[in-house]
Amino acid sequence: MDALPRAAPRPHLPAGALGLGALLVLAYGIVPLTGTSYLFEALLTPFLALALAGLGLNLLTGYAGLLSLGSAAFMAVGAYAAFNLSLRLPGLPLPASLLLAGFVAALAGLAAGLPALRLRGFYLAVSTLAVQFFVAWALNRIGWISDDSPSGVITAPRLVVAGLSFDDPRGRYLVSLTVVTLLTLVAWRLVSSPTGRNLVAIRDNETAARLVGVKVARTKLLAFAASSFVIGIAGALWAFAYLRTVEPAGFNLDRSFQILFIVIIGGLGTLRGAFLGAGFIVVLPLLLARLGAALLGDGFDSGTLEMVQRIVLGALIVALLIREPAGLAALLDRAGRRLGRRAA
Amino acid sequence: MQPALRLVRTGRDGNRPLLPGPAPRPAAVPAPGGSPHRDRAGRVLSVEGLSLAFGGTVAFAEIDLAVGAGEIHAVIGPNGAGKSSLINAITGLYAPQAGRVRIGAESFARVPAGRLAALGVARTFQNLALFTGLSVRDNVLAGLAAARRAGLGAQILGLPSARREARAHRDAAEAVIGRLGLGAVADRPAGSLPYGLQKRVELGRALVARPRLLLLDEPMAGMTATEKAEMTGFIRAARETSGAAIVLIEHDIGVVMRLSDRVTVLDHGRRIATGTPAEVQADPAVIAAYLGLADGDADGDAAADADTGAAAA
Repeated sequence: MDALPRAAPRPHLPAGALGLGALLVLAYGIVPLTGTSYLFEALLTPFLALALAGLGLNLLTGYAGLLSLGSAAFMAVGAYAAFNLSLRLPGLPLPASLLLAGFVAALAGLAAGLPALRLRGFYLAVSTLAVQFFVAWALNRIGWISDDSPSGVITAPRLVVAGLSFDDPRGRYLVSLTVVTLLTLVAWRLVSSPTGRNLVAIRDNETAARLVGVKVARTKLLAFAASSFVIGIAGALWAFAYLRTVEPAGFNLDRSFQILFIVIIGGLGTLRGAFLGAGFIVVLPLLLARLGAALLGDGFDSGTLEMVQRIVLGALIVALLIREPAGLAALLDRAGRRLGRRAA
Repeated sequence: MQPALRLVRTGRDGNRPLLPGPAPRPAAVPAPGGSPHRDRAGRVLSVEGLSLAFGGTVAFAEIDLAVGAGEIHAVIGPNGAGKSSLINAITGLYAPQAGRVRIGAESFARVPAGRLAALGVARTFQNLALFTGLSVRDNVLAGLAAARRAGLGAQILGLPSARREARAHRDAAEAVIGRLGLGAVADRPAGSLPYGLQKRVELGRALVARPRLLLLDEPMAGMTATEKAEMTGFIRAARETSGAAIVLIEHDIGVVMRLSDRVTVLDHGRRIATGTPAEVQADPAVIAAYLGLADGDADGDAAADADTGAAAA
């Protein structure tokens, strides 16, 4: 390996492919055989859904440079769309209703992306915040969306694909894993395509991009649509595979920030970043809970845990952004290079 | 979704080869009435009576400029003469208040910046405008954005049409990267390169689409003598291989005199002379503007620039 920093998204290296293959063997072959219900339910399924949402937001914020605080809204649109599709079209197979839910979320994303044609940066973020609040309002006000359930909380349908039930922790994990793998593949194809290059071009220099012939407005809307598509399906997974209920409160502004933190911590503009960031966000509270219990014993209740968690997370984000603004992905790259150099 | 994302090939561009083949255009020979990319007099670019002001500040006024195919036309003048503003108006970044810009056979009051590449125009910027997060190769490839025909679906699925196009574009980019001696850094992020190389990458991004008109805004600013000599060679080669008309803003008068066929001199937003380098050098108005010899305008900007250092010291 050479010491020069290499530009990211290129279909490169048999070593990378090998690592990815090993990861897939682990995820599909070894984990399902050896994992416990706790591993699937508390760690892997939420990790996969959050990583997918982070992946979607990264397309928009990391690659196209458009800041969004509306991720949870698109997750909600995806989740409720999938719920309504399976409720109102009972014959529709699960993969189809997930796919269609993604398209519904993409439409919502297109609408939310319209202000991006005029606004940038901070102002755009505020306009996506409006989307966040509008969706929350619509879910609470329009009973039809939640099938007129008085509390707004609805039970997700059972996960059945081609007659096989995946309605146990391992099955839900496998469904999530498959969806995430497929969408990651599509996202990888997108970011390594000329269109993906256009996304980065708009992020880095919009004027120059326009002058070389990138259709700026169209590309920005595409970024919103593609990102919302992925985030919408992540929302459906979050509701169907992880929570097994769908309720508006699960998709509030906190969730939007969580997804944004995942992307920032993991690394903007890299596909790996979403997975690293999601892993970090999922594992951190568990580690803190263990650590707190060990240090403080019974004094460490769930309220304290939540406070400590927020403080630690905030401090870590600040520290990370100062030390490594490109996130965990860059940190990992650098460690890898150092190892490679030592081996050479 | 695919048809909607397809880039529409403009009618005028229909006969333009997608890819650089061997010498698609004759170099430096005006073809009267032959090509839709030139007007009857063989001009690639004509600027007629163009005026631009920001509020009450006049950037330039009533500028005329005509550039023929294969011509290297330098625009010079003291700082603040309106040179960069002129380039920005020609490329549609500024909206002039009066006058017209004719590119090939089309005439515009305000040039549509988004159609520029399709019109066969490419430019570089005075302050670099690279895609810093992309590799050098991807920056050069981005110069072909307007030539891309494959839809998004075809790209993601890797259909033969998209793969063929991607390969052809990659070959075109590699050729430019090789010509400009950027092969060793092709995989580096453009933002990580030293300034002189970044300038070269920007030239590559402009050249790869084989433009008919190339606008270079101070391509050699801040370069060492060696780098300037290299860049001069690249610009000359660009004219020779593709027959592009080149508008060049440059402060180094030596470079301008060696490189250009014709020179236009701006001063305080006015055109004060146009002609061959020799003619312009002998023009009394030009000498006055640069050296501050004549009447009321006793300290021309160039002289003033030279003086500020001494005055401050």
